[in-house]
Amino acid sequence: MLTQRAKQVDRKPMTFLESIYLWNILKGMGITISHLFKKKVTINYPEQTRSFSKVWRGLHVLNRDEAGRENCTACGLCAVACPAEAITMEAAERLPGEEHLYREEKYAAKYEINMLRCIFCGLCEEACPKDAIYLSQSIAPANYGRKGFIYKKEDLLIPHPKEEPEAYQKALGEKATIN
Amino acid sequence: MIMTLIAVDWWLILEKGVLIGGIIGLSFFIAMYTTYAERKVAAWLQDRRGPNRAGPFGILQPLADGGKLFFKEEIIPLASNRFLFILGPALAMITALLTSTVIPWATPFVTKGGSVIPMQVADVDMGILLVFSIVSVGVYGIMIGGWASNNKFSLIAAIRGASQMVSYELPMGLALIAVLFLTGSLKMSEIVTNQVQHGWHIIYQPLGFLIFFICALAECNRTPFDLPEAENELNFGYHQEYSSMKLGFYLFAEYINMFISSAVMVTLYFGGYDIPFVNETSWGLNSFWMSFLSFSVIMTKIAFFLFVFLWIRWTIPRFRYDQLMNLGWKKLIPLALVNMIITAAVILLLNK
Repeated sequence: MLTQRAKQVDRKPMTFLESIYLWNILKGMGITISHLFKKKVTINYPEQTRSFSKVWRGLHVLNRDEAGRENCTACGLCAVACPAEAITMEAAERLPGEEHLYREEKYAAKYEINMLRCIFCGLCEEACPKDAIYLSQSIAPANYGRKGFIYKKEDLLIPHPKEEPEAYQKALGEKATIN
Repeated sequence: MIMTLIAVDWWLILEKGVLIGGIIGLSFFIAMYTTYAERKVAAWLQDRRGPNRAGPFGILQPLADGGKLFFKEEIIPLASNRFLFILGPALAMITALLTSTVIPWATPFVTKGGSVIPMQVADVDMGILLVFSIVSVGVYGIMIGGWASNNKFSLIAAIRGASQMVSYELPMGLALIAVLFLTGSLKMSEIVTNQVQHGWHIIYQPLGFLIFFICALAECNRTPFDLPEAENELNFGYHQEYSSMKLGFYLFAEYINMFISSAVMVTLYFGGYDIPFVNETSWGLNSFWMSFLSFSVIMTKIAFFLFVFLWIRWTIPRFRYDQLMNLGWKKLIPLALVNMIITAAVILLLNK
């Protein structure tokens, strides 16, 4: 009785009309039929997809600059920032003649993210000084084996902005408009 | 020998054969799509979308379900009575299909030669009583199936089903008697023509219809009277041990029963193939179009009742066993008796 909301249960014997249940059943049928005309909230998934929120932290993307050069310099800050220790990388030195591939003198020869470890916190994105990694508006799809969840550099790299401009814009998503 | 063969009216046999085949095919078709409608209506009433993967809007879903049932492994329990185990679903199916014989589906069709083909397999004098007797045999499908399974749950379900059907046949019959007072005939065709002339029986017998409808729900083992199935108390009850198409036959028989009992209700209370508010005989349509029109009218009415069956199923939960018996014996039977007596008194007073 603390909240004063308790209601005494009515235990009177049913009247004859109540005992043939008809009125209450009709009331219930009225409620169910009203649901027939309600808008369905279900989204037909494979045909329609729900749009991601602008701040959605999804699958990682390794960024390129406008000329299509990789931003990442393999500094390792993302790997250090990662609370789940999902990121590993190996650095390499840019050779003469590779200026069109890598933006700076050092680049990541190997860059792997284990999607089974990743908790999609976005700390790598915040740690990166070169704007080289960000979390896109997509999800890591299902896979048949654990190996498939270790994403290599070629899985993560954004499409080339000159060679595949459409795929590049798509991969940028709405994140591009925010930054 | 030859003379007797010639004497047989082969045209009649052919005509009835076509009619029987048509009605059985129709029953199966309607039952198939009632399963689909059941799932769709359930989904709509629960703010879902329902099956929509097989074909456009999922209309191939019943075919997929049927195919699945056909290819499932057929298990007959070792300790069961093999003969009765197979007899159960067969009986349920046969009785479900047999009831459709006396229902007039449309106005008679007159051929160019001038012979009249009634759109009814058999217009027997005992008409509606035949329906009742066959429906009462239908309980054996459940009884035998439940008993032959050699399973406690199935047996309890079978006993429940039998007692429920027996209890609800009484008020159903009593409600029907009031209709028979009005028509003075048991023939289904005359019940319909009487309604065409004097207005539908629902106008004179609203209470009788209500009782009949509730009892029809109980006879079809539909919610709120699905105690024999009671999946959460009895593990699907009498068809628990059944698999593959034998299970399919039980489920299918239930839907055919729904279809036929809708047809019986339409014929008894809603004017059968009669089109309301108009005098369709004055339109001067030829008999083919007339039959076609009246057939589509009766099918529309049946479809509406099927929808109400589904609607009720997805609205209310199952009755408790004592509630079921109280409703049947203490409420419906007195009501039906009062309805019958009042009808008789009014008819006597009006000297009809």
